Amino acid sequence: MNGQEVAFLILAVIGGLAGLLVVTSRNVVHAALYLVVALASVAGVYLLLAAPFVAFVQVIIYVGAIVVLLLFGIMLTRAPVGRRVLDNTLRARVGAFVVGAGLFTMLTVFLAGAFGSARISNQAATATAALGESLFRNYVLPFEAVSVLLLAALIGAIVLARRD
Amino acid sequence: MPLMYPLVFAAFLFSVGVYGVLARRNAVMVLMSIELMLNAVNVNLVAFNAYLRDQLVSGQVFALFVIAVAAAEVGIGLAIVLLIFRNRETVNIDEVDLLRW
Amino acid sequence: MEKLAWLVPALPLVAWAVLLLLGKRLPGGGAAVGILAVAIGWVISLAILFGVIGGADPYHVSVEWAPIGASFDIPLGMTVDGLAAVMMVVVTTISLFVQIYSISYMRGDERYTLFFANLSLFTAGMLIVVLADNLLLLLFGWEIMGICSYFLIGHYWEDVANARAAVKAFLTTRVGDLGFMAGIFVFAWAARSFEIDRIIEGVTTGEISSATVTLGAALLFCGAIGKSGQFPLHTWLPDAMAGPTPVSALIHAATMVAAGVFLVARMYPVFEASGSVLNEIGILASITMLIAALLALVQDDIKRVLAYSTVSQLAYMMGALSVGGYSAGIFHLFTHAFFKALLFLAAGVIIHAVHSNNMSEMGGLARAMPVTFVTFLVGALALTGIAPLAGFWSKDEILTDAWNAGFGGAGEAATSQSVAQIVFVTGMVTAFLTALYVGRMLWLTFGAAFRGQGHPREADAGMLFPLVVLAVGAALAGFVGLGDNSIGTWIQTEELPSHGPATLNLGLIVATTAIALAGLALGTVLYRRGLPEREYLERFPLLWKTLQRKYFLDDLYEQGIVRAVVGALAPATYWFDQRVIDGVVNGAGLGTRRLARGLRYVQSGQAQWYAAALFIGVVGLAVVATRLIGN
Repeated sequence: MNGQEVAFLILAVIGGLAGLLVVTSRNVVHAALYLVVALASVAGVYLLLAAPFVAFVQVIIYVGAIVVLLLFGIMLTRAPVGRRVLDNTLRARVGAFVVGAGLFTMLTVFLAGAFGSARISNQAATATAALGESLFRNYVLPFEAVSVLLLAALIGAIVLARRD
Repeated sequence: MPLMYPLVFAAFLFSVGVYGVLARRNAVMVLMSIELMLNAVNVNLVAFNAYLRDQLVSGQVFALFVIAVAAAEVGIGLAIVLLIFRNRETVNIDEVDLLRW
Repeated sequence: MEKLAWLVPALPLVAWAVLLLLGKRLPGGGAAVGILAVAIGWVISLAILFGVIGGADPYHVSVEWAPIGASFDIPLGMTVDGLAAVMMVVVTTISLFVQIYSISYMRGDERYTLFFANLSLFTAGMLIVVLADNLLLLLFGWEIMGICSYFLIGHYWEDVANARAAVKAFLTTRVGDLGFMAGIFVFAWAARSFEIDRIIEGVTTGEISSATVTLGAALLFCGAIGKSGQFPLHTWLPDAMAGPTPVSALIHAATMVAAGVFLVARMYPVFEASGSVLNEIGILASITMLIAALLALVQDDIKRVLAYSTVSQLAYMMGALSVGGYSAGIFHLFTHAFFKALLFLAAGVIIHAVHSNNMSEMGGLARAMPVTFVTFLVGALALTGIAPLAGFWSKDEILTDAWNAGFGGAGEAATSQSVAQIVFVTGMVTAFLTALYVGRMLWLTFGAAFRGQGHPREADAGMLFPLVVLAVGAALAGFVGLGDNSIGTWIQTEELPSHGPATLNLGLIVATTAIALAGLALGTVLYRRGLPEREYLERFPLLWKTLQRKYFLDDLYEQGIVRAVVGALAPATYWFDQRVIDGVVNGAGLGTRRLARGLRYVQSGQAQWYAAALFIGVVGLAVVATRLIGN
């Protein structure tokens, strides 16, 4: 158990716990803040997996922009507080739990069956230059497409939220 | 580290996200759960990228794309939620069931 | 010329189609089309007959029509031998003159063109029967005749009684046809072919067991019982008089009813090979000729007298065939066609003039309608069998054959002697009765004073011309039975040596003539002054009632069979059709509706429910896929 693995375990536990709290918290704002913790831990995981650029982007965009957006949304929709208001009926929750648990079991079993013995080797963190080169050379088409998508989303959001 | 670690982590986050999507009533909470799911997917991608030591680092590139698309999706999603709130004074998605039988 | 024989049925068939499609728009309602078609056929038939008289060989051609399986096939072919030639001449001649007569008789009828179309179709059907070389094709023509009979009897269907008569005719002959079909299949299965030649070959070479032959022959005869009005399926013929008189003349006197006789003659080697069936034929024929002649004595409707007379004469033909008189039977068919058609057409003229079918409203017409009277007289005397008119020769030949088979020990027929004796005796008695009712009919119609309304006048030339032609035929047709080259020789085949020229048994000739004259004399005595106050037979109330109710046979059929079917079987079938069969169809629709109503609750409108379903599906698919494809 080397340091990398220990670090990963700590981050994973924090992130998992935070995720759980996101979906079970009684307070919307608390849930949003727990989300921040979860996202941050995911960024940490990226660092451990030799993807520093992705980690930074994660923090900037997810934590910085998306969560803020969510908070704005909470504010503008005057989200209420309390279990009864926030959660679905008990029956739905039980069903959701079953589905979630089933999904988790299935995924774990299959992945273990396929990659049970694989190991990630030690490697140097991916140079941003390499990432950039791959992005703008091999994946330039999807890149452009995503730009157009963002433009569309931008215009769409404005159109939708306009007060008319 | 064993590949299973990040994979299980991703699977866990994904399942938690699924639970959240199905169990939460508030639309914004559902959007948050969706973000959790997307993150889980990203972790998966990056982990495999590290495992396979891809020349083209396609795993990370793809993760970047996912992040971008997630951002766009949240934007639009919230716009829709706002619109619904404006029209119906509620963001409980189980009350928005006009497409029922 | 034999090669053109196929035109003879084909032309009327084409005429039928043309008349149906265009007839109404043609000048004269299209009658000319039908007449032309049958006239050409008439010429060809006469040419073929002359060829046969000159000694031409039979001509047979056949094409494979519908193969069934590897070894069986339904052929389409025709046999043009002496028998076919004679029948063709009979059919085309009578059909031609009936159609010429119909131009005048049916003038002004609202279904004039349809009438001619049906007549053409019928002619085609009968000619198909005559020319067919295999039993299936024969059945095809047989059924065409059946349906045409239905159409034509029901020509005046506005009156429900006529429609009912048509249905009765059709269904009664259908009963016979069931047996007929069964017989065809028995023989086809036994001989591995539908062809008549093959079947006859199979029978004569002993290839087919005698039990099968007897069964098959008996079944085939059922068809003849129905179509030719033998007891017990004779009840439809008198009712069929509801149709127009030309129909009665063509179908129910000369041709369709003769089809049964033709069938027995065509398949004669088969019948000869099973003596017991011939015995049955003989017994049925004897019963039929007697009961029909008795019924003819008490009818008021002139057409009914002629109808029962037809039944009786058909029984004569069947009787002839049953005692080995192959050529006698056909000879009588030939002559009967002429004089019976003549009598019906003349009756039609009378009915037209008097506006009534009933003899109680006729009388004294000899002076008013001389031509009709003379032609009718010729036909009537021919029917009675007075020399030298046609009926005398053929009737005599039948009685001679019966005498020979019964008392003469000539025993070449397969019939038993006692049956032949019965046939002979009933034949003689019936000859007396025939003369009696003919005399009655003549005196009541033409003698004494007129009892009806209005002033009857002679018919126009259009109707009289066929009468005269047929009268000539009725007078002279008998002479084809004389001499070396007679009808007997024309119709002989390899298996059926003819019975030579009419053997003239002088004693028999004297006896039959005496009987006929006696009958006529009695008729004259009884009816010279017209209709008596009370019919003579009314003095025997039981006999009178039985005769009036036609031996209660109609009641028996009505109560026994018709009631059961209409009352019970038909409603049950209807219920089954509506509830079960339609129920399945409707139920499929209803079931789908119900299913849909249940399934629609899946559309709850709630996105989370859809998402849940999606994830459950994913999990399920993943599990299934890995399990099936193998880890």
